[in-house]
Amino acid sequence: MRRMAGHDWFWCFFVGGLLVVPTSTLADAPDRLHWSFRAVSRPALPRVRQGTWVREPIDSFVLQRLQREGLRPSPMALRETLIRRVTLDLTGLPPSIQEVTAFLQNPRPTAYEEVVDRLLASPHYGERWARSWLDVAHYADSDGYLTDQLRPVAWRFRQWVVDALNRDMGFDQFTIEQLAGDLLPDATTDQQIATGFLRQTLSNREGGADVEEFRVNQVKDRISTLGTVWLGLTVACGECHDHKYDPISQREFFELYAFFNTASEVNIDAPLVGELEPFLAARPGYDRRRRALLAPQREAITTLQRRWEQRLLEADANPGQNYQWDRRWEILGLIWGGGLGEGQLEGQEIVKLAPELRTPTQRARIFEYFLQYGAAIDPARFGQLGLSGIKTAIDALNAQLPRVSRAAVMCETPHDRPTFIQQGGLYNDPGERVEPNTPRVLPAFPLNTPRNRLSLARWLVTRENPLTARVTINRLWQELFGRGFVLTSGDFGSRGTPPSHPRLLDWLASEFVDREWSVKRVQRQMVCAAVYRQSSREPDKLQTRDPDNVLLARQASLRLSAEAVRDCTLAVSGLLVRRIGGPSVRPPQSAAVVMGGFGKSGWLPAEGEDRYRRALYTFIKRSTPFPELVTFDAPNTRESCTRRERSNTPLQALTLLNAPFFQEASQQLARHTLLPGFSDAGGLVQSIDDGFRICTGRFPNSRERQLLIDCYHRLREVVRHAPQTAQQVMPWPVPNVDRLDAAAWVGVCSVMLNLHEFITRN
Amino acid sequence: MNADLLTRLQRRRRFLGGCTYGIGAIALANLINTDTPVKASEQQLPHHLPRARRVIFLNMSGGPSQLDLFDPKPQLQKWHGRRVPDSFLEGLADPVIKGGATLMATPRQFTRHGKSGMEFSDRLPHLSRLADDVCMFRAMVTDTANHHPGQLLLNCGSPMFGHPSMGSWVNYGLGSESQNMPGFVVLMSYSKPASLVGPSLWSNGFLPSSYRGVAFRSQGDPILHLTNPQGVTSRFQRAKLDTLRRLNALKFEETRDREITARIDAYELAYRMQAEAPELLDFSDESASTLQSYGLHQEATRWYGTNCLLARRMIERGVRFVELFHSDWDHHLELDKLLKVECAMTDQPAAALLTDLKQRGLLDDTLVIWGGEFGRTPMNEVRRGNSPGHQGRDHHPYSFALLMAGGGIRGGQVIGQTDELGYHGVEEQTHVHDIQATILHCLGLDHTRLTYRHQGRDFRLTDVGGTVVRKALA
Repeated sequence: MRRMAGHDWFWCFFVGGLLVVPTSTLADAPDRLHWSFRAVSRPALPRVRQGTWVREPIDSFVLQRLQREGLRPSPMALRETLIRRVTLDLTGLPPSIQEVTAFLQNPRPTAYEEVVDRLLASPHYGERWARSWLDVAHYADSDGYLTDQLRPVAWRFRQWVVDALNRDMGFDQFTIEQLAGDLLPDATTDQQIATGFLRQTLSNREGGADVEEFRVNQVKDRISTLGTVWLGLTVACGECHDHKYDPISQREFFELYAFFNTASEVNIDAPLVGELEPFLAARPGYDRRRRALLAPQREAITTLQRRWEQRLLEADANPGQNYQWDRRWEILGLIWGGGLGEGQLEGQEIVKLAPELRTPTQRARIFEYFLQYGAAIDPARFGQLGLSGIKTAIDALNAQLPRVSRAAVMCETPHDRPTFIQQGGLYNDPGERVEPNTPRVLPAFPLNTPRNRLSLARWLVTRENPLTARVTINRLWQELFGRGFVLTSGDFGSRGTPPSHPRLLDWLASEFVDREWSVKRVQRQMVCAAVYRQSSREPDKLQTRDPDNVLLARQASLRLSAEAVRDCTLAVSGLLVRRIGGPSVRPPQSAAVVMGGFGKSGWLPAEGEDRYRRALYTFIKRSTPFPELVTFDAPNTRESCTRRERSNTPLQALTLLNAPFFQEASQQLARHTLLPGFSDAGGLVQSIDDGFRICTGRFPNSRERQLLIDCYHRLREVVRHAPQTAQQVMPWPVPNVDRLDAAAWVGVCSVMLNLHEFITRN
Repeated sequence: MNADLLTRLQRRRRFLGGCTYGIGAIALANLINTDTPVKASEQQLPHHLPRARRVIFLNMSGGPSQLDLFDPKPQLQKWHGRRVPDSFLEGLADPVIKGGATLMATPRQFTRHGKSGMEFSDRLPHLSRLADDVCMFRAMVTDTANHHPGQLLLNCGSPMFGHPSMGSWVNYGLGSESQNMPGFVVLMSYSKPASLVGPSLWSNGFLPSSYRGVAFRSQGDPILHLTNPQGVTSRFQRAKLDTLRRLNALKFEETRDREITARIDAYELAYRMQAEAPELLDFSDESASTLQSYGLHQEATRWYGTNCLLARRMIERGVRFVELFHSDWDHHLELDKLLKVECAMTDQPAAALLTDLKQRGLLDDTLVIWGGEFGRTPMNEVRRGNSPGHQGRDHHPYSFALLMAGGGIRGGQVIGQTDELGYHGVEEQTHVHDIQATILHCLGLDHTRLTYRHQGRDFRLTDVGGTVVRKALA
C-alpha cells in the first residue's frame, strides 16, 4: 500500500526539479520552450493536391493535414443549412424565410459572401459576440457572495462591448480600453466604461468579511481572468506557490498582481443621451440651495465631520482597540454603494484622502454618508447642529435633481499601496516587496515605459507577445467549429492540450495581428473558408477515425447556446423585440425560483416589450441565475469561462415542452402560420411547410410532412374529445379558424419548436 | 446458481442498453429498425456477481478535517503549538506547509463506538452510532491539494476536465434500472456556496451524453416544468412526443448523429419523469417518525435531510447512482465553529439514511460512501484572525478519511493508520483510485476491464492505478 505514496513523492520531486530550472535558461533556449511561449511564426501556405477545394488560405492547412491522414474533406453543406449555420454563428439568430429564399435564388458566385457581409454588418452581430466575451469577463448584474446585492449599472459595460464589437474595434484597442481605458490620455467616458471589464469581480458585503481580504481576492481574480483570457495560462496557481507545471513563479504572480493592486473601483457619472442637459440646467440652483442649507454652521459641521473621519482612521490604523469604531470602519467598507453597483471601498478611500484632494462629488458623498451614519462621534453635537434635519433636506434636494446615469469603472488609487509577495497566498502575511513586471518566459516588458496597467495592456497586444493572438484566435475558432485548435481554450500551458493545427493557428494569429487585430476580418476568413462550409454529417469512417473531429474533415453539429435557444424561439414565433441595448430586463420566471432567490417582490416580471428581448439582456443574479438559461449550460458567473458545456438532458426536454415561455412561443408561431383556408387539406400543408421552414430554414421532406399531418389529425382528435381544453391551449382567437383546429395546430408548432434540429446548428 | 444469476444480469444489462435513460434507446432501435446505436461495449457486464446494485455518494466537498472527525492523535494534543518536527519535512517540496505553521490539537473529544470500538469525534454523534456498519478508511491519499483537481480526481478518476464521472461509468457499466428516472441524479446543499467545480463533476466526459448526471435544483422545486402547459392533456402531450420521436429518428437515420439518440431518450425520460417525479417528491407517504429521523422538522437539517430522503426514494425507484454534494468543508479559519455548522446540517440526515436503508433491507445491496476530495493539515494555518479558538487547517492530500458502508462492505473495521501526527499514512494507505476500484468491484465491475475507447485509447475510471481493497469487502 505504500506504493501509491511512493509515486506521489517521486512526482513531487520531479515537479520540484522542473521548477528550479531558472526561467532565464528556458528563454535562452527557444527550441526547448513550450510551444505556446515561442514567437508566432508566419508559416508559408502549404502546397496541396486537389487545390480546387481551397477557398481561403486556411483551407490549404486543413487539407494538407487531411491528406496526410488519408482523409478527404466533406462535401459542402446544403445551402439552407449553410445560411442557417452562418446566420446563427454570426448573429445568434436564425435566418428568416425571406433571407433563405434570397440566398437560394441568388445566382451570383459571391452569394454566400454577400450573406456573410450582411451579417457582419448587422447590429445583432455585436449582441451575439458580446455574449461570448461576457462569458470570459464573467459578467453579471449582482455582487455575488451571500448578500449578492444588485448592480443596476452593470449593463453599461455590456453595452460598451456590443458597440465595440459592432464597430469592429481592433482587438488591441479592445484590450487596452478594458484593462486601462481610464489611463488613456484624455480618456473619454466610453473608454472609462470599458474598464467595467475589471468590475466583474465579486463583492463581499457580508458582515464580518474582512474588506482587505476580499479586495485582495478581487485583484487576484483580475489577474486570473487576464491570465485565462489573454495569456491562456492558469496564472492563479502562482498565488500560493510557484506554478507546478508552467514557468510562472509565485514572485511573478505578484509582479503581475502589482499592476492591478493600485487600481480602485469607482463609479462615475456617465450620462445617457438626453440626461446631461436637464442636469446641468438644474445644477446651479441645486448647488445654491445646498450651500444655503449648510452656510450658517458650515465650519462647525466640517469640524465634526473631520473628528468622525479621524476616529475612523484611527480605528483602521489600530485595529482591536475599540470594537465599535472597528465595526464602523468595517461597515463603511461593506455597505458603501450597496445595491447601486458601486465599489464598496470607495467610501474608505475617500476618508483616507486629505479633504483638499477630494473631488466635489467625493466631498458631497462622504458628507451625506456622515449625515446618515456619523452621529456616533458626538450625538449631542450632532443633534445641536440639526444634522438629521439637514439630511432630510438634502435628500429632498437630491430627489429633485435630474438623474444622471452612473457607470462602474476603475481608476488608479491616490494612495500608496505597495505589493508584497503574499506568503502561501495569504493576504496578511507579506513577504518581499515586488514591483510590477511580466513573467520572464514572455517577451520583456519594455524599458522606459511607466509600469502601469496601460503599459501592461499595450504589452499584451505587442506583436512579440506569443500568446494573446493565439489564444484569441483559438477562442474565435472554437465558437465557429465547436472546438479550438487547443481544446483547453483557457490553458495553453503544459497541462493544456497541444494544438491540433499548430501552423494554421500561427498563420491565423499572425494574420490577425497584420490586419490590425480586426476580429470581423478574421471571422470572415474563417466562415468563408471551405472547411467551414462543409457538411456536418459524420460519415461512418470518421466515426471511428476521428470522432471528435479534430482533423476537421467535416463541420460540427452543435446544440445552440442557452441564449440562442431562447432567442431563436422568440425569433421564429415572431415575438422577438429586436431593440439593441439598454438596462437588463426581467422576463417572467418560475415563481419557485423568484421566491427562493429574490423574495416576494424582487422580480417583478417585465411587461410589454421587455418580456421578449434577447437573452443577452436578461438580468443575471449570480446566486439565482435564470433557470432556463442554466438548464442549457449558461456558465457560472463566478469566474472566467472560456468554453461552455453542451449537455443534453431531460430537464431541457421538460423546459422546451412545458415552460410557459415556450408554450407561449408555440401559440404565437401557431397564430401567424394559421392562414386563411387552414382547415382545408391544402391549407394545412401550406402551414406545415411555412412553420417547418421558419424553424429549420428548409422544407420538410415528404415523410416529415406526412408525420406532421398525421400529428395534426391525431391532436385534433384529442382536442375533439376534450374541447374545453382548446381555449387554454390556444387562448388567442384566430379569424376564420375553428378553435379546436387552432389548438391542435399549437401542438404541431410545439413539436417543431422541440425538434433536435431546431435547437441544433448543423 | 451464481453463474446463472450472473448470466441473467448480463442479459438484463444488454437489454437495458447500457443507457442512463433506460429503454429509450431500445425503443428507438425498434423504431428505426437498426442496431442499437448506444451499444456501449461488447463485453459481458457485469464482470462478476455484484454485491451492490446502486450507490449513494455523500460527497463532502471542500476537504472535511479528518483530525477533528475521524483520526484521533494524542500526540498532536501533546505537541500543540510546536513546530512540525524536521523529520516530517525532510525532502518535502510541499506548498501545503507554511513557514512557521505550528501543530494544532483538536478541541474535540474522541470516543469509541459499537462493538468494533471505532473512534469518532463528538461532532458526529449520529454517524458514530453506526460504527459497526461502517468501514473507515483512515489513511486515504490523493494526488492534489487543490479543490478542483481534487474533486475531479475523486469523482472522475482524473484531475483534468473531460473525464466521465463515477456515476456515468457505473451507468455505462450496468445500465439504468429505472424507466422513469435518470440513472444518475445529483443533489446539492450547502452552508454557503463554495468552490464546487460544477457540472464537470457529473459530466459524461467522452461517454455518450445520455450518461450525464441530471442535477436537480437545490432549493425550491427540485425539477421545474414537470407539469404540462395549461390545457395540454396527457394524450395531447403523448401525441406530440410520438411525432417528435419519429421526426428526430428520421434525422438520426440521415445523419447518424448520436446526440439525436440522446435527445430522443431525454424526451422519453422527461415524459416518464412527469408521471413519476411528483410522486417521488411527495413525502406524504412517509411516516412522521421517518421525516423526523431525517431531520425535516428542523431548520438546520431540513435541506440535507430532504436530499437524503430523496436519495432513498430514488434508489427505491431504480436510480443507479445518487450523488449528494454538500459544501463547504473548506475550513481554513474558525475550523471548530464552521465544522459544527456542517456537521449539524449533515450528521443526523446521513445517519438516518443509513439506518433507514438498513431497516428496509436496502443497505444489503446499496453502497453508501461519505467523503471529500482531501483532508486537512495537522498544522494550523497562518492567517489573520488566527487566534486561539479561531484557527483552521489547510488542504492536506497525504492523509484523510473516508467512510463506506452497505452492499459488499464489511463494517466495523478501520483500514489504514497514519503516523503519530496524522501527517502521512503509515499502514494500508488507500488511494482515491483504490476506492473507485473497490466501488466498481462491489457493483460487479472489474475496474481494469470497464473501459471506453476514446481518441484511440481505452480509458477507465481508475486511469492506470487502483487496487481493490480486499480487506474492506464482506
